[in-house]
Amino acid sequence: MSLLKNGHIVGEDAFQLVADDATVPASGAVLITYARWQAEKDQLSGRNSPLGISLPNNLDVLDFGPEAERFDLIVLSFPKFSDGRAYSQARLLRERFGYKGELRATGHVLQDQLWHMQRSGFDAFEIPREDAAEAFAKASRSFTNVYQPTGDGRVSALKQRLAAARKKEAAE
Amino acid sequence: MYQYDEIDQTMVDERVAQFRDQVARRLTGEISEDEFKPLRLQNGLYLQLHAYMLRIAIPYGTLSSHQLRGLAQIGCKYDRGWGHFTTRQNLQYNWIKLEDTADALADLAKIQMHAIQTSGNCIRNTTTDQFAGAAHDEIEDPRVWCEIIRQWSTFHPEFSFLPRKFKIAVTGSPNDRAAVRVHDIGLRMHKNAAGEVGFEVIVGGGLGRTPFIGKTIRDFLPKQDLLSYLEAILRVYNQFGRRDNIYKARIKILVHELGIDTVREKVEAEWQATKDGALKLPQEAIDQIAAQFAPPPYEKLQGGINADYANAFRTDFEFGLWARRNTFKHKQPGYSIVTISLKKEGEAPGDAKAEQMNAVADIADRYSFGEIRVTHEQNLVLPHVRQADLPAVFKALKAYDLATPNVGLASDIIACPGLDYCALANARSIPVAQQIALRFKNWERAHDVGELKIKISGCINACGHHHVGHIGILGVDKAGEEFYQLTLGGSADDQAAIGDLIGPSLNATDTVDAIDTLVETYLRIRKDSDERFLDTYRRVGLAPFKEAVYVAA
Repeated sequence: MSLLKNGHIVGEDAFQLVADDATVPASGAVLITYARWQAEKDQLSGRNSPLGISLPNNLDVLDFGPEAERFDLIVLSFPKFSDGRAYSQARLLRERFGYKGELRATGHVLQDQLWHMQRSGFDAFEIPREDAAEAFAKASRSFTNVYQPTGDGRVSALKQRLAAARKKEAAE
Repeated sequence: MYQYDEIDQTMVDERVAQFRDQVARRLTGEISEDEFKPLRLQNGLYLQLHAYMLRIAIPYGTLSSHQLRGLAQIGCKYDRGWGHFTTRQNLQYNWIKLEDTADALADLAKIQMHAIQTSGNCIRNTTTDQFAGAAHDEIEDPRVWCEIIRQWSTFHPEFSFLPRKFKIAVTGSPNDRAAVRVHDIGLRMHKNAAGEVGFEVIVGGGLGRTPFIGKTIRDFLPKQDLLSYLEAILRVYNQFGRRDNIYKARIKILVHELGIDTVREKVEAEWQATKDGALKLPQEAIDQIAAQFAPPPYEKLQGGINADYANAFRTDFEFGLWARRNTFKHKQPGYSIVTISLKKEGEAPGDAKAEQMNAVADIADRYSFGEIRVTHEQNLVLPHVRQADLPAVFKALKAYDLATPNVGLASDIIACPGLDYCALANARSIPVAQQIALRFKNWERAHDVGELKIKISGCINACGHHHVGHIGILGVDKAGEEFYQLTLGGSADDQAAIGDLIGPSLNATDTVDAIDTLVETYLRIRKDSDERFLDTYRRVGLAPFKEAVYVAA
């Protein structure tokens, strides 16, 4: 398993996964479940070390969104590559709730979906292959242009054409 | 017509390269068939009974003569010299080899075409009125909006792994020829009280095993908000649509289970948060696309009936028959819209030989500004023909067996490929269609019967739209034998309805006889020759038809 952040393999995950029945260490970066957060919000809120949370993909992210900025890492899951709910969760967290921390894809993460994930706001990926960095690099070069605006800042074809027409008009 | 710019061309070229790489990785075993399947499906490649089938997108059914010639050539190079036009205004090749597919897609890219998202759980090719831009009754050309939707939906990062496939149809005319009420989203252009043109948004229609007529989620949507509203619907569907059972995964089930009011609440809430964002369409951007659908350089002709045309109509009986059935009123004085029937008796509905495609391309160049349309009823259209040229067009089409005068008649049947090709089918569709068509070969009888839409599906997935046939025929498997269920009174137009089941299923021979009986019953009980089969059915209901079919049997 490789953990890829911003295109580079990270040797070790800074976040320690804490099972729901284990004690959360007082310090150090930890990753907890949404269920635990729901149950122990008060105790965990005051914690001074980085906190990560993994959200189930059937969670209505509108309910969680306002709390997103409290976290340094949000993990969204793809139980199967064909289950695309986390794409919507990712875009909502980034674009609606302005989440700026690490957004990580886990589960059935395949090369051919990396393009979609990147465009939806993911910047970290758990990929079950050694050459994850190469696969990622290849996937991010899939298309020169995009047709639709997302939070990734790429300019859509429609806006590119509009800008070109305006520039042309100004020159005339 | 819309022409690719560098951005569009780069996009399809890169897609071909990507698919070539995916095929290579599949062949080396780097990715499993399970992982490869959605990739090939999103490039239109299905594994059928005998071979791979490649489904080509014909965005909103519009083709140039150059593209049609290219399709004919690809049909010769990689298939057996045929193409099959489908109910989604697409084209299918039925005999493709896996190793050839990347090359076939590369050839397609050269004529500004592709197979992107013609399958898979994503937003499919947007369909529309085949007479768009030409029909006398249209408010605005819906293709402008189809193209805007095409671009927005292509490689949409959020909506490429939906619970199930997603189909959008647009009509620019109050007379719905695009079946918008039986699509996941239907868009009907209309004017509001202030005289502004916008969309009625309909959601949750569909056929398949659980047919539903779509419900109106919004009466009037301003044009500039189209994409943000679509995105809001899709986002709600992507998150809340069922994924536990593929037969319950379409948005129609979500609408049915939550109720349209709850779905509307969620969609509107989502839309309020995004409507003034990046998806809002600036008028200049709409105008840029619209400019690509500017009308062709029509001649200024007189309105009314052209003299040459009227003369031919009087003196050439065959021509008159054809002109009556296969032409439609154009918005431009002196012009007509011609429908080319791909339903000659004895042929598979929607099939066209390469030489026929080439002939249509030549005729379009000469008489219709090089433009061709594909209809969801599996015919072709020459959208802009001078009335004076109709006799010549008729003659030219006839030479290629393309002048069958049966548009809208009993032999103008929609049929899915059925058990002859499809791995999902329970029963054959094409032979039944062929036999029914033969019963109506007598033009006098067929024209006397008038408009009658017969639609045949070889299985419950309803690719032949049987639910919305005036007479619907559904193939079922009964202890290993092919049987057929009949439904009556379905309709896909502005008064859309799902047909009613008439009774127990029949074998193939009895089915063809039953169609005859239904038609005879109609002829006996109709008020007059202006009352169509569907009107009679709506007036009298199932009983007399049921009695005739089952008492006789």
